[in-house]
Amino acid sequence: MSTVIKVSNLSKSYRLGEISTGTITRDLERFVRTKFFKQEDPFLKIGETFNHLQNSETDIVYSLMNINFEIEQGDAVGIIGRNGAGKSTLLKVLSRVTSPTTGKIHLKGRVASLLEVGTGFHPELTGRENIFLNGAILGMRKNEIKRKFDEIVSFSGVEQYIDTPVKRYSSGMYVRLAFAVAAHLESEILIVDEVLAVGDAEFQKKCLGKMGEVSNGEGRTVLFVSHNMDSIGKLCANSILLSKGVLQSFDSTHKVINSYLNNHLKQRKGLKIIDSIDSISHKIELLEVCVNGSSYSEIYLKENQNLIIDYVIKSLHDINVIPFASVFSNMGELIFISSLLIDGANKTYPIFRNKETKISHEISIPNLNSGQFYLSFGFADPGFEEYVSFDKTVVLICQNQYSTVLNGYFNANINVDVTENEQMV
Amino acid sequence: MNKKVPDNEWDLVIQGRSALFDLKLKDIWNYRDLLMLFVKRDIVSFYKQTVLGPLWFFIQPLFTTLVYIFVFGSLAVISTDGLPQSLFYLAGIITWNYFADCLTKTSTIFRDNANLFGKVYFPRLILPLSIIGGNLIRFGIQMLLFLFLTYYYSLQGIDIKLSWAILIFPILVLMMALLGLGLGLIITAMTTKYRDLSFLVVFGVQLMMYTTTVIYPLSAAPVEFKKFISLNPMTGIIEAFRYSFLGKGEFTSCSIGYSGLVTLLVLFLGVLIFNKTEKTFVDTI
Repeated sequence: MSTVIKVSNLSKSYRLGEISTGTITRDLERFVRTKFFKQEDPFLKIGETFNHLQNSETDIVYSLMNINFEIEQGDAVGIIGRNGAGKSTLLKVLSRVTSPTTGKIHLKGRVASLLEVGTGFHPELTGRENIFLNGAILGMRKNEIKRKFDEIVSFSGVEQYIDTPVKRYSSGMYVRLAFAVAAHLESEILIVDEVLAVGDAEFQKKCLGKMGEVSNGEGRTVLFVSHNMDSIGKLCANSILLSKGVLQSFDSTHKVINSYLNNHLKQRKGLKIIDSIDSISHKIELLEVCVNGSSYSEIYLKENQNLIIDYVIKSLHDINVIPFASVFSNMGELIFISSLLIDGANKTYPIFRNKETKISHEISIPNLNSGQFYLSFGFADPGFEEYVSFDKTVVLICQNQYSTVLNGYFNANINVDVTENEQMV
Repeated sequence: MNKKVPDNEWDLVIQGRSALFDLKLKDIWNYRDLLMLFVKRDIVSFYKQTVLGPLWFFIQPLFTTLVYIFVFGSLAVISTDGLPQSLFYLAGIITWNYFADCLTKTSTIFRDNANLFGKVYFPRLILPLSIIGGNLIRFGIQMLLFLFLTYYYSLQGIDIKLSWAILIFPILVLMMALLGLGLGLIITAMTTKYRDLSFLVVFGVQLMMYTTTVIYPLSAAPVEFKKFISLNPMTGIIEAFRYSFLGKGEFTSCSIGYSGLVTLLVLFLGVLIFNKTEKTFVDTI
């Protein structure tokens, strides 16, 4: 297997000071005022300081620092990292959209990048014309596009509308057509950036399927950036972990994902006050939180797993409380609240003032589907009239065994019986 | 076992620095289909939603000519070198249109297509080239109008001489295109950082028209200003154009040579600056 991508000492930096105010008159004004009149920079935002005389090193931001790796032909490699780790920048440099500050990249074969779906689509042109335009922008030759035209159209599913202007398409059709063109690129190296984030579940499945085909079936090299650990796990055997512009590891996907989860989630230990509630009747500080034994702010849940929530608070007043926990969807919708009847009874619990109190409760949660949810917890007062809660303190990430994304927040157990229908006599 | 690829077997090497004058012509040739498609896209999107469609290509020069005849020909009585007024003005208008359009459209190319440039790679020079190509089609259509009018006047017996200089017509067109391209590239590279320069372009081009021989012949210019007017590279080109098709105009090897030289210089500078900025303009736009 030969190396097709070789990245050596790649760095990409930006100088903060160099980005000017945007107009020559303002830049001149700034220059004259600070240098000649010794006034403060009139264009600074409140709270900033901007000193030309400071060491220029402090004004440099590295979005990629000394990256080195090699990728073999036919590999599908995932790129993982938090937001701002440098993933998109790395892809942009590999795609020649912007150039590196230092370092070199060696490439063997043609590179096709999908950094956005529908790049260059013109709303006035028909689907047919846009296929040619988009294909050419992505690097295909005209006869190549002609040859693959029928395939592209059938993959996208918009045969009926291929001759209407694209501005009439629904967003789903638009995205399917755009991906269809990109999916038929015949390049040796394919780079895909979180494109799957748009589109419905069916589209995402189709995309992943095609990418898998491209990598395994046709022996092409694929670089895939995504936040969806699930998709990366399915498609890529190995992955790269980026953190703050530095390459942390390049190993099997399974190991890299674990490393990402263990090291790169926020750690809460050691912080004194995490959150606090300050209302007319309550003044409470949240000191520690532990969900299912871990104090990370992101928790991974499997199916049918109970939530054990332990937290430590300190209240300014003596209060009697009924603890509860609630779960919100990604969009902020309330999904459920735990029952306020504890063990079937109106139980309240006393909390004494100025004493660090630990509250532990276990809730059995319904079968949540895969997705991201927010956990809030707090207490209601005995009359159920008032309640306070520490909102969205922990993120729950549910992964169930189903590979497709199911609709709705829950799934229910189902018993099935299929028999031949007996005739009524 | 990794098979080490020897250094000369790589297809592409991406690095920060590159040769200052690396034109990447091979790359541009590979993307020629895209160039055609951009031209097609511009034309199609222009007339797809209009009623008159390509008729607009005739309306602008015709109406401008009529206004010029009224204002400069009748009101101000500026000489037209003995040529019929409509022919004289039309000649100036269509050539100036081509140059000015190449210049103004190229000068905003980074900003107009920042979206496209930020997401996909293709040789950046393709877009400016598609502009001068697209404008060429419009110029061609307007030339038909001009030739038709010339033929009509010659049938009427008016003294119009086509001269041998017609042979350099393609060179004149090329010069206008490259001059507009070069200036446009310089401006667009600078406007990625300073957006107010683009305002300068719009009225600068308008004013520049009056410093060249669109509405008056060089022969009619007062002696004190003649030198200044001749400094404008478009002067030589427009005069040569009028001379080749209509027989009247100051056309010397000196004037054309000067225009050619300025064109080459401007083009050279433009491509140089453009190449230097194109690699990282995505970061500052």
